[in-house]
Amino acid sequence: MSDTVSRGEPLLVAEGLTKHFPVMGGFPFRRRVGAVQAVDKIDLTVRAGESFGLVGESGCGKSTTGRLLTRLLEPTAGRISYRGRDITHARRTELAPIRSEIQMIFQDPYSSLNPRQTVGRIISGPMEINDIRPAGGREARVRELLEIVGLNPEHYNRFPHEFSGGQRQRIGVARALALEPRLVVADEPVSALDVSIQAQVVNLLRSLQRDLGIAFLFIAHDLAVVRHFSQRVAVMYLGKIVETGSRDDIYRSPRHPYTHALLSAVPEGVTASPSPRRERIRLTGDVPSPILPPSGCRFRTRCWKATDLCAAEEPPLAQVDGSSGSHLTACHFPEP
Amino acid sequence: MATTPDAFLTVRDLSVRFRTEDGVVRAVDRVGFELERGRTLGIVGESGSGKSVTSLSVLGLHDPRHTEIEGEITLDGQVLTSAPESVLEKLRGNKMAMVFQDSLTALSPYYTVGRQIAEPFRKHTGASRREARQRAVEMLDKVGIPNARLRVDDYPHQFSGGMRQRAMIAMALVCDPELLIADEPTTALDVTVQAQILDLLMDLQQQTGSAIVLITHDLGVVAHTVDELLVMYAGRVVERGTVDEVLRAPRHPYTWGLLGSMPRLESDVDEPLVPIPGSPPSLLSPPPGCPFHPRCAYAAEVPDDRCRTERPELRPGRAAACHLPRDRQQAVFTEQIAPRLS
Repeated sequence: MSDTVSRGEPLLVAEGLTKHFPVMGGFPFRRRVGAVQAVDKIDLTVRAGESFGLVGESGCGKSTTGRLLTRLLEPTAGRISYRGRDITHARRTELAPIRSEIQMIFQDPYSSLNPRQTVGRIISGPMEINDIRPAGGREARVRELLEIVGLNPEHYNRFPHEFSGGQRQRIGVARALALEPRLVVADEPVSALDVSIQAQVVNLLRSLQRDLGIAFLFIAHDLAVVRHFSQRVAVMYLGKIVETGSRDDIYRSPRHPYTHALLSAVPEGVTASPSPRRERIRLTGDVPSPILPPSGCRFRTRCWKATDLCAAEEPPLAQVDGSSGSHLTACHFPEP
Repeated sequence: MATTPDAFLTVRDLSVRFRTEDGVVRAVDRVGFELERGRTLGIVGESGSGKSVTSLSVLGLHDPRHTEIEGEITLDGQVLTSAPESVLEKLRGNKMAMVFQDSLTALSPYYTVGRQIAEPFRKHTGASRREARQRAVEMLDKVGIPNARLRVDDYPHQFSGGMRQRAMIAMALVCDPELLIADEPTTALDVTVQAQILDLLMDLQQQTGSAIVLITHDLGVVAHTVDELLVMYAGRVVERGTVDEVLRAPRHPYTWGLLGSMPRLESDVDEPLVPIPGSPPSLLSPPPGCPFHPRCAYAAEVPDDRCRTERPELRPGRAAACHLPRDRQQAVFTEQIAPRLS
């Protein structure tokens, strides 16, 4: 790695980031008839060394956001900068040095590993592509990485099918670490795993984040897992960030009605005494289609507080009365 | 286990083995439980614990060419394990029904939702096309689909995930089954929709008084929904009790491990989670003795290597299949496990 970045400095910044997927239709000449507004004008900053959690239900645009930030998808509008450098439309060759600093961990440990390659080849792949020759050789480095993620270095020559789901996810983690990245984008890294194994991988990622000082963008639908992993959190709904703040802001004093509803829907009660603070809010219906999102506030169709104002005017993501300066909420009528 | 007279569903010493190319998989190993009408039984376990296979054998949905079943399953006094397919056919979708996890594969993409709900109703009651359609609208309405009269002619792909799950529940309930088996009914759904579906299942049970078996990997899901709970591991029941007993005062080290692994909204974020080391055993060659002993932190303190050599028995009633003495279980839980869960 070249120069150093001090902890807390903005690493990856997105401004007004937007992705609209065209919807084609019509006969005989297929043409654009609409757009899926997967991600709509979101602002987001991931700082060096921190873990940032992006949470929301399926279809809210959290995975698209991850893919935009890693430039696996071309943004429709907005700006992405990495350490002050605009990479929004950077070309492949320009991106190459940055790619080695931003790595991804994928959800499905089965489809994200090539079944025909040995573990050694999978993990050394990124080093080969970037022509990196660590002191002591690639094989030694791979064995070291296997050790770091809690696998037996002797398994260097095994194939993915010889491992369990949790072990495969560790292989994916080792591959992401191979280039000593500054930022890891982890898209639902534990949701395909059983609870007892999930905890192993969450602990592994947490210790890597702390010990190696790697920044994480942790994308997940599970609020409890995100809380366990992230210092700062953003809640997404239908392509928008509806609330963002520190972990305590979001989990202890949420202001957006949607955040309230999400937290109250998490099944709990596996505690010695049920906490009296958690009221039950039941949202009705499903998330509306992102092709024709509701006007104004996108949550208004399921919100029990919605008024005409919510339909007419989109609430800005801003500080609301009684919140700290870094706790932003996009709501006309925030919860107390 | 002694059969109580009012037990509606009884499963006794059920063992299920699959013959595969690699050998015999012991998917379910001497599992037993009882369920009364109007009650809900939760079966919790991780993938491969045998929870789904147990439920599929109740309905007789296994492939007889590769499956060996031992033990006895009775529903309302009728023995299902030895019943011919013709008898089971009359019961499935009628007296007993199932809700599956993945509504996209469980519903046929070629038929309208209404037709798929009406089909079991016509088959079991001999109702006319028109009556069955009316019934389908009624059922969609009951499970909370808006504009049921119009949506009845939609195809599954026109429904959202939550609506498809509702439609599948409507299909399962169309003949007023007395036993409903829900296998991970909310796993594929978002949290806000999951809460709606669980509420719906419980409301419908209040109305119909049916018995429900709720199978899930998520201890959070069972906490507010079931009466009794079985915890399964490697094809066996390792702990049994009322849901409060199992969740508030668990006895088996595996149950402790599950509870410790779960991140919770109230837990201390500075404390790492406490995972269970290792991974579940292969059911082709399960470990001797207690199947959990290779991952168990307490196996070493049991004298004479019993955890490795002797299968722990599951006594009737509130029980855990574990060689640790009762007072030791209690001490470990109150001193080491409970402080982490509060």
